[in-house]
Amino acid sequence: MRTMTRRAMRGVGLLCAAALSLTACGSSDDDAAAEKTVRGSDLRAALKEGGSITVWAWEPTLKQVVSDFEKEYPKVKVKLVNAGTGNDQYTALQNAVQAGSGVPDVAQVEYYALGQFALGKSLEDLSRYGADEFKDDYSPGPWNSVTVDDAVYALPMDSGPMAMFYNKKVLDKHQIATPTTWDEYLEAARALHKADPKAYITNDTGDAGFTTSMIWQAGGTPFKTRDTEVTVDLAADKGVTAFTKVWQKLLDEDLLAPIESWSDEWYKGLADGTIATLSTGAWMPANFVSGVESASGDWRAAMLPQYEKGGEVSSENGGSSLALMKAGKNKDLAYAFNEYANHADGVQARIAGGAFPATSADLSSKTFLNTPFPYFGGQKANEIFARSASQVPEDWSYLPFQVYANSVFNDSVGKAYVSDTTLAEGLQQWQKAAVAYGNDQGFTVNK
Amino acid sequence: MTAVTPITTGRRPPAGVSRSRRGRAGWVFVGPFMAVFALVFLAPIAYSLYLSFFRDQLVGGTSFVGLDNFQRAFEDEQFWAAVGRVLLFLVVQVPVMLGLALLIALALDSGRLYGKSFFRIAVFLPYAVPAVVATLMWGFIYGTRFGLVGNINEALGVSLPDPLSPSLVLASIGNIVTWEFIGYNMLIFYSALRVVPKSLYEAAEIDGAGEWRVITAVKIPAIRGALVIATIFSVIGSFQLFNEPSILQSLAPNAITTYFTPNLYTFTLSFSGRQQNYAATVSLVMGVVTMIIAYAVQLRGMRKEA
Repeated sequence: MRTMTRRAMRGVGLLCAAALSLTACGSSDDDAAAEKTVRGSDLRAALKEGGSITVWAWEPTLKQVVSDFEKEYPKVKVKLVNAGTGNDQYTALQNAVQAGSGVPDVAQVEYYALGQFALGKSLEDLSRYGADEFKDDYSPGPWNSVTVDDAVYALPMDSGPMAMFYNKKVLDKHQIATPTTWDEYLEAARALHKADPKAYITNDTGDAGFTTSMIWQAGGTPFKTRDTEVTVDLAADKGVTAFTKVWQKLLDEDLLAPIESWSDEWYKGLADGTIATLSTGAWMPANFVSGVESASGDWRAAMLPQYEKGGEVSSENGGSSLALMKAGKNKDLAYAFNEYANHADGVQARIAGGAFPATSADLSSKTFLNTPFPYFGGQKANEIFARSASQVPEDWSYLPFQVYANSVFNDSVGKAYVSDTTLAEGLQQWQKAAVAYGNDQGFTVNK
Repeated sequence: MTAVTPITTGRRPPAGVSRSRRGRAGWVFVGPFMAVFALVFLAPIAYSLYLSFFRDQLVGGTSFVGLDNFQRAFEDEQFWAAVGRVLLFLVVQVPVMLGLALLIALALDSGRLYGKSFFRIAVFLPYAVPAVVATLMWGFIYGTRFGLVGNINEALGVSLPDPLSPSLVLASIGNIVTWEFIGYNMLIFYSALRVVPKSLYEAAEIDGAGEWRVITAVKIPAIRGALVIATIFSVIGSFQLFNEPSILQSLAPNAITTYFTPNLYTFTLSFSGRQQNYAATVSLVMGVVTMIIAYAVQLRGMRKEA
């Protein structure tokens, strides 16, 4: 079993390397000079003077933004680095912060992960650049996600207002109407699976992001944070109970395809009609075009089904922001780039590249709303996404250690998908894990 | 290196001098090894030990906590569940794998096998497949929807149990590991068998021993050393199980938890939980447990040999 031994040794080495960097740094230096307010004139001076900044991001449309930016400010050099997607990048970022070297100036951070970095004091408060005045320029969901107690920790880059994508061909074939409430959704699931035992209304094998989005839509607020005091309520929260009531039935009746999202099976299932609907963020269309090419024309977008008939409530799923790292070198330039990419000309370039913006002006612009999607049979899908964006409940917040909580989601809630454990029981076990971790990390959780 | 001069009248050179000289020469030879050993083996362990006395929190930073991490490790249900799981794996998978490997080695050694070298290579080949590739391949075989299991279900109209369900996944991993390492262990046994002096067989034949008697009375006692070594390797390998569950996790996230094996647990602790200090503690405890069990196996093996 030598291979395993060798591998494991390498793991230990990595661990030690990570650990080494951990003690090497201690606290980050907050010098008083960094706290001064920066005006537009200062930024313009910095841009004129030039310099170079490093940006860590995986969002594809940023490439265009960088080249436009460099064209406009020839003295500024932007190094765009893809340090991994999501969690991979966060691990790298965390290690760099702890090592105190190699930290980028700007980093892409998903909304759910912002809290963890803001709390770790790794991020710069952008309100000293005047970013706190941008409140009305962004749609409420993303803006709410980047602000913590009056501080603005990032500028929203894109957003994921949810929509229900559905395979119209499959639903039409079995004469099933597009569900508008979750109860109708359940009925549709039954009818579809009965008509074709191989087809399922959707796939789900336990996904923390989806589950929290569903709770969000149901008006739940299971996570609350005030300074370091955190409450987690995944038992009695009204959003949690509303979600489990619907979803438990789908689970009990085996109406959910046991197919892991983003797997080969999943793409295949989306293409061949095995998976008939998909409720997810508005960033999905680009993935449909590239990953489910053969089903072009079959799919449509619709508003998310409602918990209450006639309701107009949506939710967010995914979406990310650009944050300034406290340990970054060239902060003024970094901010100038961030503002360019997310609050000025960069936004248009990104929309043209297929990104779904977080800026309210663009979300309501005619050209944006009237863009037809050939993949969706010419449907003007942005109208639906924009309407969804305006219906997202504002009082939601993630845990300040959501990255960790999500990583252990399947340990507990996953049991509901493969055993007799109910979703409600699984969520309560998840709560237990989150509470234990939070307290261990120095928060006061549920005390 | 001048020797201490006052020499007594004895004929033999003074024992003290020659021993110290011999000692120094020894250190010179051992030196390079010791330096590397200290750097890559002792230093990381010492550093892990150092780390295990601290705690780093999101709120509050790093602080000295004495033996708290160890106390936590001893009370950690998830950790001991993981240890129990690899112990179960060890008790079932290792005997099966080594038994099969021994059987194949004996068959090859018997000289009665047709196409011996082909058979030998064929059995050894899986060891040449990287564990990651092997696991992915088996993952596809295990799939109940698009995998081989799914195809069989569809073709024969049966419904085989899902190999990736929580109750079967450990056995499925055992199957992969057995497939991967049977050839490796077979080769250890086979090479040990090749060096058994032929005269022993002849003597056994003269004494009227049959084939079976030769195996139990001559061959197996002769390769006991190899058997012990292979067992120790397998014990350590079982405790360090990581690749297979870590890769299958993406296919069966609800069956393979983040604390499925001790190594997977330390990995999760340090990389998604930023609990490097506690991870170091768990690694140390796990190292000690592994050493104890490997040592027990060795002691037992040696005793029988005597």
